[in-house]
Amino acid sequence: MSPIIEAHDLRKHYGDVHALDGLNLVAHSGHVTALLGPNGAGKTTFVNAVATLLRPTSGTLRVAGIDALAQPKQVRRIIGLAGQYASVEPTMTGTENLVMVARLFGLDAAAAKRGAAEVLEQLGLTDAGDRLVREYSGGMRRRLDLGASLVGRPQLLLLDEPTTGLDPRSRMELWDAIRGLVDSGTDVLLTTQYLEEADQLARDVVIVDHGRVIAAGTPDELKGQAGRDVIEIRPHTATDLAAVQDVLRAVGVEEPRVAADLHRVSTPVDRGATDLATVVRLLDERSLAVDDVGLRRPTLDEVFLTLTGAPIDGDAADTTSASLA
Amino acid sequence: MTTTSAEAVPRDTEAGGTAVRRPEGAGYLTTAAATARRNLLQFFRTPQTLMMGTIQGAMFLFMFRYVFGYAISTRGGLSYVDWMVPGFLATVMVWTGMGAAAGIAEESVAGVFDRFRSLPIPRSAVMVGRSLADGVLIAWGIFTTTVIGLIIGFRPHGSATEIALAFLLMLFAGYAVSWVFIVLGLVSSSAQAAQGMGMLVMPFSFISSANVPVASMPGWMQPFAANQPVSVLINAVRSLMHGGPGVVGIGHTTAYWVGLSVVWYAGIAVVFAAVATRRFSRTR
Repeated sequence: MSPIIEAHDLRKHYGDVHALDGLNLVAHSGHVTALLGPNGAGKTTFVNAVATLLRPTSGTLRVAGIDALAQPKQVRRIIGLAGQYASVEPTMTGTENLVMVARLFGLDAAAAKRGAAEVLEQLGLTDAGDRLVREYSGGMRRRLDLGASLVGRPQLLLLDEPTTGLDPRSRMELWDAIRGLVDSGTDVLLTTQYLEEADQLARDVVIVDHGRVIAAGTPDELKGQAGRDVIEIRPHTATDLAAVQDVLRAVGVEEPRVAADLHRVSTPVDRGATDLATVVRLLDERSLAVDDVGLRRPTLDEVFLTLTGAPIDGDAADTTSASLA
Repeated sequence: MTTTSAEAVPRDTEAGGTAVRRPEGAGYLTTAAATARRNLLQFFRTPQTLMMGTIQGAMFLFMFRYVFGYAISTRGGLSYVDWMVPGFLATVMVWTGMGAAAGIAEESVAGVFDRFRSLPIPRSAVMVGRSLADGVLIAWGIFTTTVIGLIIGFRPHGSATEIALAFLLMLFAGYAVSWVFIVLGLVSSSAQAAQGMGMLVMPFSFISSANVPVASMPGWMQPFAANQPVSVLINAVRSLMHGGPGVVGIGHTTAYWVGLSVVWYAGIAVVFAAVATRRFSRTR
């Protein structure tokens, strides 16, 4: 089976800015591949290169075996693109939007109408099909936008931060829709800044930073790569956070991290079970009441931190965009 | 899904397992028609822009007719209302175009064009569709301005053929000028920037024979005001509507002004359409 996307030493330079800096990636057919990375890491640049919206400075890029630089029009026949912003037309109805895109894919009027109805059904928008999109909620718009990229029945769907700016419920709905697509046989490449999203949807996760791939694998493999298990404790009262941090300091290989908003303290450890037993004993000795204590695999967030030395959000994004500016 | 094998010839790429041949993508006409329709719906389904455009046009006509009109001498035999309405008609394209430029810049920023560029369609047809839609909007503007003009007392004196020709000429020029605004929209980084760039075109509307006779302007300004393309069009339209350049106080013949207009606007259309389609179609 040939890979759906094959990028080799892909570079895109804007003057001194290297948006893609020798990116190598192979995405296989049959599941979701997630590009994970902070703002300015080169995710969108890569998606745009696959979508034939921009021409790489150098390197090779094949989509379903087609040379994307030599035959961009052939690539356009097999891809569907949903960009960062919902680009459906507000003054047209859901059905009109989808029929238009289907017609542009080359379907005749009858087939376009059928295709639009199918996609609306698939995304749970049938009832809203005859309403103008300007009356849709943000989540519905994004789903329709996804539909517009689907109505040509693409072999490869490109989703650039599909759930950015959505509320949690709309995000879940969109995730369900994306899972449904994969089940029905569409390959998906998506970019995201949300580790949870990559974890939820993707079998292959590619971590990108500064225009290169810094790690790739299944979420489990990546978590394994980062090595250590994590002990996480949720004290009963917030005032105990500092005391619990103190307990974890006794076993942790790093300074324990306090997530005050989540009411949690965690630290990576070397000897999982043994260290957990020590922690439980210490908590008991110091009479610290906890709601939860557990040993878990690292999250992708922690993996990213280990691999890049910076957290995926906040500072990392700033540093990256600054270095790209 | 099972994907195509590595040896698959792109033209025969098939969706996983199914034997259905993938469509080739839309042709030029389908693409232009679909995008034109989209832009027209955008306009006609937004009653506010529709109404505001008409009300603004009516306001300006009223102001010039009843506030400035009595202070302006047409330096010929025509009443001011008969003199000014053709000028307003011929400059509808500038006002309509400014809105178009802002709309294009907005869509460009919002990623709408990226979707179109990712589709298997002739990219240049997208902008052709846009220009056709703009042409219809300009026709709509000319229609409403004509109705309001008739209400405030405008009466053309030319023959039916001449008047029909005047409208055709304005449509042709309007279509040509829509390409100028498409270019402005495409090179602007935001709707506001496009609006600002559109303002740069305003002098062509005001430093012309649209609202006051060129002869009333200072000497240094007259060569530009008399010869720039908007004035040439206005002179042609006025001459056609009122039966000859003599009546409207300018030289040459009607055929001269019409011919010169055709040359000007054909040139503008060719140059700006080439720039716009190239700009839209390029792969960054």
